[in-house]
Amino acid sequence: MPEPILEIRDLRVKYGNVEALHGVDLAVHPGEIVTILGANGAGKSTTLRAISGLLQPSAGEIRFEGRPAHTVPAHERVRLGIAQSPEGRRVFGTLTVRENLLLGAFTRKDKPGIADSLAFVYRLFPVLQQRRDQLAGTLSGGEQQMLAIGRALMARPRVLLLDEPSLGLAPLLVKAIFHAIREVNQTTGLTVLLVEQNARAALKLAHRGYVMEVGRIVLHDSAQALAADPKVQSAYLGGRK
Amino acid sequence: MEQFFQQLTNGLAVGGIYALIALGYTMVYGVMKLINFAHGDLFTWGGYLGLTLLTSFLLQDRLGVLAGVGVLALMVMGLVGLMGVLLERAAYRPLREAPRLSAVVSALGASIFLQNALMLLYGAQFQVYPDGILPQGSVDVFGLRIPVVRILVLLASLVMMAVLYLFVQKTKIGTAIRAAAIDQGAARLMGIDVNRVVSIVFLIGPALGGSAGLLVGLYYGQVNFTMGWVYGMKAFTAAILGGIGNIPGAMVGGLLLGVVEALGAAYLSIAWKDAIAFCVLILILIVRPTGLLGERVAEKV
Repeated sequence: MPEPILEIRDLRVKYGNVEALHGVDLAVHPGEIVTILGANGAGKSTTLRAISGLLQPSAGEIRFEGRPAHTVPAHERVRLGIAQSPEGRRVFGTLTVRENLLLGAFTRKDKPGIADSLAFVYRLFPVLQQRRDQLAGTLSGGEQQMLAIGRALMARPRVLLLDEPSLGLAPLLVKAIFHAIREVNQTTGLTVLLVEQNARAALKLAHRGYVMEVGRIVLHDSAQALAADPKVQSAYLGGRK
Repeated sequence: MEQFFQQLTNGLAVGGIYALIALGYTMVYGVMKLINFAHGDLFTWGGYLGLTLLTSFLLQDRLGVLAGVGVLALMVMGLVGLMGVLLERAAYRPLREAPRLSAVVSALGASIFLQNALMLLYGAQFQVYPDGILPQGSVDVFGLRIPVVRILVLLASLVMMAVLYLFVQKTKIGTAIRAAAIDQGAARLMGIDVNRVVSIVFLIGPALGGSAGLLVGLYYGQVNFTMGWVYGMKAFTAAILGGIGNIPGAMVGGLLLGVVEALGAAYLSIAWKDAIAFCVLILILIVRPTGLLGERVAEKV
């Protein structure tokens, strides 16, 4: 195994006096798709938000490419190479699709590179190109999700954090979006850390997975092994054999 | 008819001044969700600093009227903008995580501080701008005799509004300001330093407000240390009228309020001038609380 690109050690996060993460350890290696599974409130999103810097850990370490990242302010982590498509999509509703995408490249100065990335995102999600001058708030939920992912890709990240990309979407759209994520991973080698409640789809996409319960990692293994694990099956895959 | 057009153009000139001040309220509100009650006093500072710089450097004599007043305006804008940035650092940033009301109280305190500082420095009496800085005559526009000063004031405010609009719509930093106004967390995920955006907003808003103070001094020929209160309230009304947080809204709201007030003063009673403005505020709050241009897009979820 090469060095992990992203490594978390004993991560603890508090909301007020309540500890939400009780020491999380995980590692993501370059080129991998890793998923974090778990029920509502297990701490999956909290973990991602700590990695992107929206939350300050109370203890523990986040290392990115071997260097500590948890002391770096959120807006500078994008420059390091960490981009997040947040839970609930959070596109800028009164800005156009194109403006949203260009904001994703806010930290970049290389104009030709930005144009390339824009073309890449438009190829990945052609509907965004069709709607590029529309206000993002007028897009459908699925299109907004594509925009949120495309916007994160515009930063040309080394690690893409995806928080519940399937949330509230029809199965067909989930399939399309997961297909696009796999395509990016395979063609560019982009590392992906995916938080999902849709365990079935996530395990199909990911190489490895972690299972979280009430602020702790309780299981980690290859995606295949997790999908075959009876505990995982009964808890997250609807108990089907 | 003559009177109508005279009042219309006068209303537009005053409305342009309101709009410039309103932009400061609306930009700060957009990003911080805070009404900067000290904004009216920064406007007043603009009027006083303009007077001091005018009389101490005499730029209009050295550079000619237009270039002199232009440089003067830039100096005033720079100084008042700097005051805005310092105000945010001193009065608002330490309260970023505190309940909203604390920041409001801090804003009111800053307002009293700025106002009284002016009184201590310059005295409580009206301060008079020297005569004849701007050309005094009138010009014939479609058979109307319009004072040159009025045209220059209106033009100046329109130019500044146009520049601001282009800046906010077309530049990268302008887009970042709009993004931070919509969702600060998502803006940080884009790599936008929200603190920097706040500083920029507190530079631009007060700079525009300060320029409005200078325009008032040039237009009416005098300034007073309490004038920020009424102008501030009017501009605040204009910002609400256009839709608080909405930049084009503040421009439209300011111009509209100026015109309504001028026409109301002419045809109803001059004594009711301020009452008319605040009736507009009450009406808009009852009929359309989001303002004329507020919340145009319904978010799909």
